[in-house]
Amino acid sequence: MVAFIARRLGQSVLVMLAVALIAFLIFRFVGDPVASMLGQDANQGDIAELRDRLGLNDPFYLQFYHFVLDALRGDFGISYRLQQPVSDLILSRLPATIELAVTSAVIALVFGIVLGIYTALRRRSVETAFIMTVSLIGVSLPTFLIGIGLIYLFAVELQVLPSFGRGQVVDLGWWRTGFLTESGLKSLILPAITLSLFQLTLIMRLVRAEMLEVLRTDYIRFARARGLARRVIHFRHALRNTLVPVITIAGLQLGSVIAFAIITETVFQWPGVGSLFVNSVQAVDVPVMAAYLVFVALVFVVINLIVDILYWVVNPRLRDSASGGR
Amino acid sequence: MTDAVEPAPQSAPQPTRFQRFARSDLLWSYLRSPVAIVSSIVATVLILAAILAPWLAPYTPFDPATLNLMDGFTPPDSTSFAGHYFLLGADNQGRDMLSTIMYGSRLSLFVGFSATVLAAGLGVGLGLIAGYLGGFVDAAIMRIADIQLSFPAILIALLIFGIARGLIPPAQQQNAAVWVLIIAIGLANWAQFARTVRGATLVERRREYVAAARIMGVRPISILFRHVLPNVLGPVLVIATIGLALAIIEEATLSYLGVGVPPTQPSLGTLIRTGQQFMFSGEWWIVLFPAVALVLLALSVNLLGDWLRDALNPKLRR
Repeated sequence: MVAFIARRLGQSVLVMLAVALIAFLIFRFVGDPVASMLGQDANQGDIAELRDRLGLNDPFYLQFYHFVLDALRGDFGISYRLQQPVSDLILSRLPATIELAVTSAVIALVFGIVLGIYTALRRRSVETAFIMTVSLIGVSLPTFLIGIGLIYLFAVELQVLPSFGRGQVVDLGWWRTGFLTESGLKSLILPAITLSLFQLTLIMRLVRAEMLEVLRTDYIRFARARGLARRVIHFRHALRNTLVPVITIAGLQLGSVIAFAIITETVFQWPGVGSLFVNSVQAVDVPVMAAYLVFVALVFVVINLIVDILYWVVNPRLRDSASGGR
Repeated sequence: MTDAVEPAPQSAPQPTRFQRFARSDLLWSYLRSPVAIVSSIVATVLILAAILAPWLAPYTPFDPATLNLMDGFTPPDSTSFAGHYFLLGADNQGRDMLSTIMYGSRLSLFVGFSATVLAAGLGVGLGLIAGYLGGFVDAAIMRIADIQLSFPAILIALLIFGIARGLIPPAQQQNAAVWVLIIAIGLANWAQFARTVRGATLVERRREYVAAARIMGVRPISILFRHVLPNVLGPVLVIATIGLALAIIEEATLSYLGVGVPPTQPSLGTLIRTGQQFMFSGEWWIVLFPAVALVLLALSVNLLGDWLRDALNPKLRR
């Protein structure tokens, strides 16, 4: 176990270094940092001084080394567009994105598993046919169109939910939450549904397929022969074995949640990290772009690590072989 | 006796290209699939309408001289105060929605198609090289592809777009936007092609015709592109079709996010972005019709790709 985690950690560090190199190259060579920081009417002396202070005259490997050291301390420089430290910008917008992502992940998991079990157990019912058709339409529509459609239905026609923003937030010192106010919760509903829809469909189809597979196996037939209650068979014996691939896929799909969060946050003008990134791309705010790249890679690496460990915990068959890696 | 044998090759004339196509499995499978027929008709109509927009569109929406602000916000299927008829209504500037959609899908298709060609060219080339050479080159190319595949395409396209914006001087950005978009989407999608082609090349590499060509002294480059490539094109065609649908959606998404083509030259995504604000004041047609066009286009191409994948897969044939 320790060796397995140690090797995974080693790989993660390598990936992070590679991403840091790309981020550094973007930061260093896209646009001129000195010109972007000083503006147009800077004199020669200021430019030379800033070049020196930023270490731009140092050899390449030394610059990269300093970049990594700064990144480890959470220092990604100053945003060209907003003139604030990049890490402050990201930290101040992080709670909004995390609350949105967690809510939508919970929605996707709960509804995905419940609907998946339902459609697997009632394979031939009308509801199943209906749910499957709707889910097919759900995956084929682009995320932003689903968001616009929900806005039209619930904000324009029915006028029951707000169409943009986070509503009222409560400041808990370092965390501004929307969970504690009515308007905050109301504002969360539409973006969370939009963001969860893709994952929900995926998890539902996966649970359904796995359930159908497991229900056909010998041990389920044996459980039936023993005269166990259907509920026990379905939920204690069958469901547990369907969850292994669900954990893997759901975990790995969190990456696409980040991408869809960018789109969802833009549709609903949600003040999160994703919309910060889109605005930075529009304005070519290089430090924020570089920092966001490192941030996303970090999220990916951590999620992958957690999924690997969870996989190990959930599936005892993996523990036998000491290697464990794939 | 020799006389009887001689004419045999002539008695069975070589079938023409058309005859071979008419007897093929592909046509048979097409005619048996209602989904394929309907989606190909929808796709053909939309693509033709887009290509022929300059000749078919009832108005020229991007010529300021023909615009009339009196036409603004004309509802669908009605005549404006200025006396113009609009089948799908007009937007805030009095531009005919039908014409803007035709021109918009023209741009969307152009970007999607070019990006797919770029992704396919890059992916097929790298996949062939990786599969044929193996070893270090293979490991390096495939590692990059793996890493890229684990990041969502939209994220990569956004990043490439931002980098390109930083490298191109501001004066040329308007003109370069379409090409930057094509490169961003193309570079974000090559890995899928590379992975498939590499797998197929690994199989083909061990075939006898490759060994024969090598013994004859054919150069590796020409073995790859003239002998191996035609044999791995089937799966490439399938990925390219589905990739086209994906690229159209990615283009629309990027344009919707405001990092795509400029509003003076709108694609379907830009039309949806600008139309969204009018939804709140009740002018639903400005956003609805471009959205419907986008969904129909992407969905029909996607379903065609799905059909093609099943039709070209011999395992599914009975």
